[in-house]
Amino acid sequence: MPATVIAEADPASAITPPTTPPSFGTLALRWYRLNRAGLRAIAIGIISLAAFLLVWHMLTTYRVVFFVRFTNVPSPLAVYASFTKAIHDPKFLLHVLLSCRRIFFGFSFAAIVAVPLGLIMGRFKLVHEIIFPVAEVLRPIPAIAWVPMAIMLWPTNEQSIVFITFLGSFFPILVNTLHGMSLVDPVLVRAAQCLGARERSIFREVYFPASLPHIFTGLTVGMGVAWVSLIAAEMISGQYGIGYFTWEAYSLVQYPDIALGMIAIGVLGLGSSLLIRGAGHLVMPWRLK
Amino acid sequence: MNEIPTKAPQGHIEVRNFSLSYDSIEGPVQAVTDTQIHVKPGEFVSIVGPSGCGKSTLLNAVAGFLKPTTGIVTVDGERVNGPSAERGMVFQQYSLFPWKTVRENVEFGLKMRGMPRSQRERAARTLLGLAGLEAFEKHYPEKLSGGMKQRVGIVRALATGPKVLLLDEPFGALDAQTRVIMQQILTNMWQRLKISVLFVTHDIDEAIFLSDRVYCMTARPGSIKAEIPIPLERPRQQSMMMSSEFLALRRGLMSLIREESLKAMGGEISDMGMQGLNIELHGHSLADVI
Repeated sequence: MPATVIAEADPASAITPPTTPPSFGTLALRWYRLNRAGLRAIAIGIISLAAFLLVWHMLTTYRVVFFVRFTNVPSPLAVYASFTKAIHDPKFLLHVLLSCRRIFFGFSFAAIVAVPLGLIMGRFKLVHEIIFPVAEVLRPIPAIAWVPMAIMLWPTNEQSIVFITFLGSFFPILVNTLHGMSLVDPVLVRAAQCLGARERSIFREVYFPASLPHIFTGLTVGMGVAWVSLIAAEMISGQYGIGYFTWEAYSLVQYPDIALGMIAIGVLGLGSSLLIRGAGHLVMPWRLK
Repeated sequence: MNEIPTKAPQGHIEVRNFSLSYDSIEGPVQAVTDTQIHVKPGEFVSIVGPSGCGKSTLLNAVAGFLKPTTGIVTVDGERVNGPSAERGMVFQQYSLFPWKTVRENVEFGLKMRGMPRSQRERAARTLLGLAGLEAFEKHYPEKLSGGMKQRVGIVRALATGPKVLLLDEPFGALDAQTRVIMQQILTNMWQRLKISVLFVTHDIDEAIFLSDRVYCMTARPGSIKAEIPIPLERPRQQSMMMSSEFLALRRGLMSLIREESLKAMGGEISDMGMQGLNIELHGHSLADVI
């Protein structure tokens, strides 16, 4: 009798796939049913973006003045016109490229320093006790407030802008890495220990992968702050870059370019956080649903 | 090659004059006191007791996670100084590495030992096959049911060929049916591997069904209240749980534990709780019912 009980209750048997492959039609229908919520979100997203453009268009063509003044705000069509001009303009592309390069260096240095530092601080109390107070004092200082200091510290403008970007993303990455380390399940550490793992292996095989989800949260937030800091720095002390482009457009009374610069910043920010999310999926396949 | 297999039997756990206390603001708190237990090579021994009696503390000391305040823990005469792959452990919360696939989890101990990849992959596949899990080797633990997770947990602990297997309420989070199957799988593996097992549980039936011997602990501070040999023959069948022999053992253990549980909850039971209970007891005294 016990044998049949085992066969029935074995959880493995519940997951065996059906024997005959279903037809394409049924597969498509099933796929639709499973993804209905996602498709709906996409459809509504498109409608809502279109509505946003329409409202923007109406507000600018009728030059609405109601507390806020839309008199000088460029219309979506004007912005589109300056966009088609800009993509053939090597100077505009240079602005974009330089901003991206600054983000790349600033953010990469921040990640390369903050992640290992956070891991080590999370593991070794003494390091934490030494570095944490300094970090806590420096952390609330907005990266923009560092601009004058950065200009004094670094010989070139380029370096000081990269430094500002670095500072902006450094602290979110550090804080989230630390948070991830503090949440590592001690039972997993024990499990590794009684499988013969030594300190270094535990660090590599348990602490690091266990903290990865929080590290990636830190990277995502850090990327956002990196753009905020970069644009501010470029507006104040830049000669190139998309932030400088936007500010310059205002000074030169080229209003459509203001909106173009803003949209470019938005798209670049979105693109870079998508990149990080994609990297997260690659590095953490176990988190995929 | 000429090694003669005259080694002393493996996996002899001995805990002598053991006590463990920790500091608190009100002074040292005694968790376990004056405890002696032993597990002979190849023996299956359980520890039962009321919750908070320190049975897990005792197990963690054998594993090497906790240092005894007084006394000594040895395995095959060697003092336990910290966790080691010689003492495999299975946890109630499964504690599989979520970022490793089922096979990588099982391979972990072998990897730590420096076994080359292809060799440990083969070893892990064989072990997973024994547990009926080869179809799931590439799954991440999150996708598995509780029973499957714990099978992986047991296989992982056994992969390095430990001398003893320590289990801390391993089936506590499983439903009743899965639990029965897991007990059979564990018994099966234990009999094949001839490994010593120290098993902590609060389930009396489980302790009797699985063990050669059961230690019953007192309420905190924990110590050994009784040592009960389980003379039931092996292999054991589910049907034996209805036998008069089993039921007699069960009754005996039950009353031992109940005494201790009542002691542990003493305060609550004696004042208001007692009145509350009496209402449901229809005039019988508490002692009659227990």
